[in-house]
Amino acid sequence: MNKYKLSVKEFLEESAKGNINFLDFADCMQKEVEQINKKFHFLREICNIKDRLYLKPPLNGLPVSVKDCICVKGVESCAGSKILKDYVPTFDATAVHRIKHQGATILGKTNQDEFGFGTFCTNSGYDVPKNPLDPLRSCGGSSGGAAGLVAALDYPHIALAESTGGSITAPAAFCSVVGLTPTYGIVSRYGLIDYANSLDKIGTIGKTVHDCALMLSIIAGKDDRDQTSLGERKSYSIEKSTDLKGIRIAVPKEYFQNLDKEVEKHIWDAIKKMESNGAIYEKVSLKNTNIALIAYYIIATAEASTNLAKYCGMRYGVHKKLEGNFNEYFSAVRTDGFTEEAKRRIMLGTFTRMAGYRNAYYLKAMKVRTLVIDEFKQLFNKFDVIASPSMPVLPPKFSEIKKLKPVEHYQMDSLTAPCNLAGLPHLSIPVKNRTPIGLQLIADHLHEEKLMQIGSVFEKIR
Amino acid sequence: MKKISTAMVKQVASIARLNLSSKEVNRMQKDLSEILAAFKDLDKLNVKQTKPSFQPLPIINVFREDSQEQYLTQDKALSNTEHKEKGFFKGPRAV
Repeated sequence: MNKYKLSVKEFLEESAKGNINFLDFADCMQKEVEQINKKFHFLREICNIKDRLYLKPPLNGLPVSVKDCICVKGVESCAGSKILKDYVPTFDATAVHRIKHQGATILGKTNQDEFGFGTFCTNSGYDVPKNPLDPLRSCGGSSGGAAGLVAALDYPHIALAESTGGSITAPAAFCSVVGLTPTYGIVSRYGLIDYANSLDKIGTIGKTVHDCALMLSIIAGKDDRDQTSLGERKSYSIEKSTDLKGIRIAVPKEYFQNLDKEVEKHIWDAIKKMESNGAIYEKVSLKNTNIALIAYYIIATAEASTNLAKYCGMRYGVHKKLEGNFNEYFSAVRTDGFTEEAKRRIMLGTFTRMAGYRNAYYLKAMKVRTLVIDEFKQLFNKFDVIASPSMPVLPPKFSEIKKLKPVEHYQMDSLTAPCNLAGLPHLSIPVKNRTPIGLQLIADHLHEEKLMQIGSVFEKIR
Repeated sequence: MKKISTAMVKQVASIARLNLSSKEVNRMQKDLSEILAAFKDLDKLNVKQTKPSFQPLPIINVFREDSQEQYLTQDKALSNTEHKEKGFFKGPRAV
């Protein structure tokens, strides 16, 4: 019997009252995490919880797992890539620094697709996590380990995750937990191992919207170490949300094409429930949806190809014997260190930035981003949120994923790429408990509080 | 947008500092051609009058106080490398 089967909210209340024996809690949780990890491979590195307990309010030692691409001082951080094997950061990412100073205990580093290059968490240089709802199926990616651990662990815990094109929403939906991707820039990227600078966003995955709001309140806010960071530090409150009366919801028809029938049915049920609670929905069109996915992949891979140029076996990560000239040595390290998908994305991004192709691909994609942002902004003049499925399919089996061509794999991001390209905050909430289908709610830039208030009501009425 | 050739794949791999076997070159040629074909809708789009968005939110002239801060020490900067000598990173020969 697990005596610590508490929600985060209950843990914080009980610990504030002095009702938690922290050493016993750490021992029990350590055993449980190690046992679960043997079966599901959620974590690449498990910390010694007892050694890291930091009993300080307001989090009072609350365990937080950290996606492998977010640097934790003194803990090997590899972003899921063999090329960063043995890299031990000498500093904390700003988000990690902030949670530590609010009393979080770092639980370990969660498995992910290498540098975030995947939708199913199968493109890893390390272990592939299995879906806790069905181990034959994917957790989703790239923050698959984070979402899987949140779903499987019956202990108070929140995950720090990251999204570039859907890496929080996809696994949150597939593992039936809540994933929050905030507005681009409100969480500092300092200490985040880059995938694509203009798209990367640190966010959070939890069992409830409350857990995500709690974590965002701690990690958000301007940081001088990230020039793209913005916003004041504030507390995001979802307490005052009671119903959806008068909430205007846009339902874009392009997000309902080529859907799995079960997904479609559950999402319409969810929208109707919101309507019954007072919301008003209207079907709309977002014509740039398909082109947004294309622009996303061009920008993401172009930025990735420059970011990954620094991995050359000299300063950190994988090293080889210093043989040959610069080019021969760097090429040998990179050829061994990257997986096939990383090489494919580096190649694609290098090509679209080359002289003669740059204007046709890279620059055009940047212009498409303007069109996509403008189209979303027009909708937000009239609507509070956009509602859609988080993913077009149910979690696929690993055997099915193996058969997908790269281009088919990329098309799985069709519902998450547009809002990520535009840097809009979005939330994935399970349509029902233990059901691997997420309702995606998207809000205007910097409207996280309203987004989470609406999400919190849906959580109660679903 | 034209189909990518194996010669182009080899050129891109060389720029990206990746050694590809001939089997990998052929597979990459096929994959990249399929991906670029899926990008064809971009051709039809007229965005001549549209300004590019290099960031999702407009960010202009970000400054901070010009004050001294503590950054990485030399020892910490070198702590993750096997290749160091006399306080410097040691690399392969230049040519």
